[in-house]
Amino acid sequence: MSFRTYRDLTGPDASGIVAQVVAQRARVAERLAGVGRVVAVMSGKGGVGKSLVTARVAGAAAEAGAAVGVLDADFNGPTIARLLGATGPLQVSGDAVTPLRGDHGVRCVSMAHLLEDGRPLEFHGPESDGHLWRGALEAAALREFLGDVAWGRLDLLLIDLPPGVSRFLELCDLLPSPPEVLTVTIPTPESRDAVRRALRAAVERGARAIGVIENMTGPQYPGDAGLSLSQEFSIPLFARVPFHPEPGVWQSLAASIGAAGADSAIRIPRSAS
Amino acid sequence: MKFLCLTCDAQMTFTERQQPGDGTFAAAFTCPSCGRAVALLANPMETQLVGSLGVKIGGRTLDPQPLETVRSAVKGRADAFVEPGDGGSASPRLTWSSDAQERLERVPGFVRGMVKRIYADYARERGIPEITPAVMDRARTELGLEGM
Repeated sequence: MSFRTYRDLTGPDASGIVAQVVAQRARVAERLAGVGRVVAVMSGKGGVGKSLVTARVAGAAAEAGAAVGVLDADFNGPTIARLLGATGPLQVSGDAVTPLRGDHGVRCVSMAHLLEDGRPLEFHGPESDGHLWRGALEAAALREFLGDVAWGRLDLLLIDLPPGVSRFLELCDLLPSPPEVLTVTIPTPESRDAVRRALRAAVERGARAIGVIENMTGPQYPGDAGLSLSQEFSIPLFARVPFHPEPGVWQSLAASIGAAGADSAIRIPRSAS
Repeated sequence: MKFLCLTCDAQMTFTERQQPGDGTFAAAFTCPSCGRAVALLANPMETQLVGSLGVKIGGRTLDPQPLETVRSAVKGRADAFVEPGDGGSASPRLTWSSDAQERLERVPGFVRGMVKRIYADYARERGIPEITPAVMDRARTELGLEGM
């Protein structure tokens, strides 16, 4: 018995899987066409305060006059919606979902908007072999949060990533070009080592690292991870943020991030700092 | 993915897809030459894996719905979404039979609004004034709404 090859059969491929995937990517690109900058907030380490930094920087930038959105890509530990005060059902309109508005008008979509309070992220599907498809479903959720949300015209879209690099790599696969990366660490050597790996992966993937924020500085966590990473990657150390920062630190940070993208659409007034 | 009828050495054509139960996905292909029909059967894990990619075996017959994969797959809260017409502004010409309403009630709340809108759009586009279970069945077949 001999078989012909796929290409020998000249009739149409009814499924057109490749074309469907291409259409998915195009949908994301079209939806983000009005977004000036996409900045991924990442860290190789959990518990360093990425979400708090994301929310506060977003609020400060919006307060200074920028149009800002936040996509909470931490599907298993979503906190951005609460931090921004963005609550309520999501409005479906046409071919998209309208993001909710939080502090200072920041547009926000989070898995927290979809889940029952106190419930983990769970999927319908076969009881067994979840490890085979769960990751694919989370990647699909990221794609739909990018492509099915009417983000509109934004100066800045911050994407709050979970710890590690896997969600960042998925993001790179979905976006037309790698996002800018803002890195958050705490001062300790352990954090430095974990963040270094993630930042290296991001840079090698073609992302532009715009700076590092050292969070939770003080005697509780000795170290100089922020400075070390700044020197190693030749990026600015935007701030060393103590446990109880002065309110102005977020405005200053937003201005620094705005300045770091001086060739792009976002303009955070210097007076805000 | 293409299917070859070895007897006729002809490419088979896609005819239908279904989810007949237990998570199985079925896609039927027919030989245009001899009429032989075969079904591809995917086990529940394979079905889930394909579904998680947001692609449709046999091609798309319906435009992507907002957050379609998320709403189909996530166990979410029933009041997570507000659909157009939820406030009572739906077309007055379209009604749902009691049997159809009952069937719709069995759809999980998280995805019900999306499913309802798809059936309503289907009916409006075809000038169908009342949605019945028969209309829903027809829409499922025509639009490839297996699993809804």
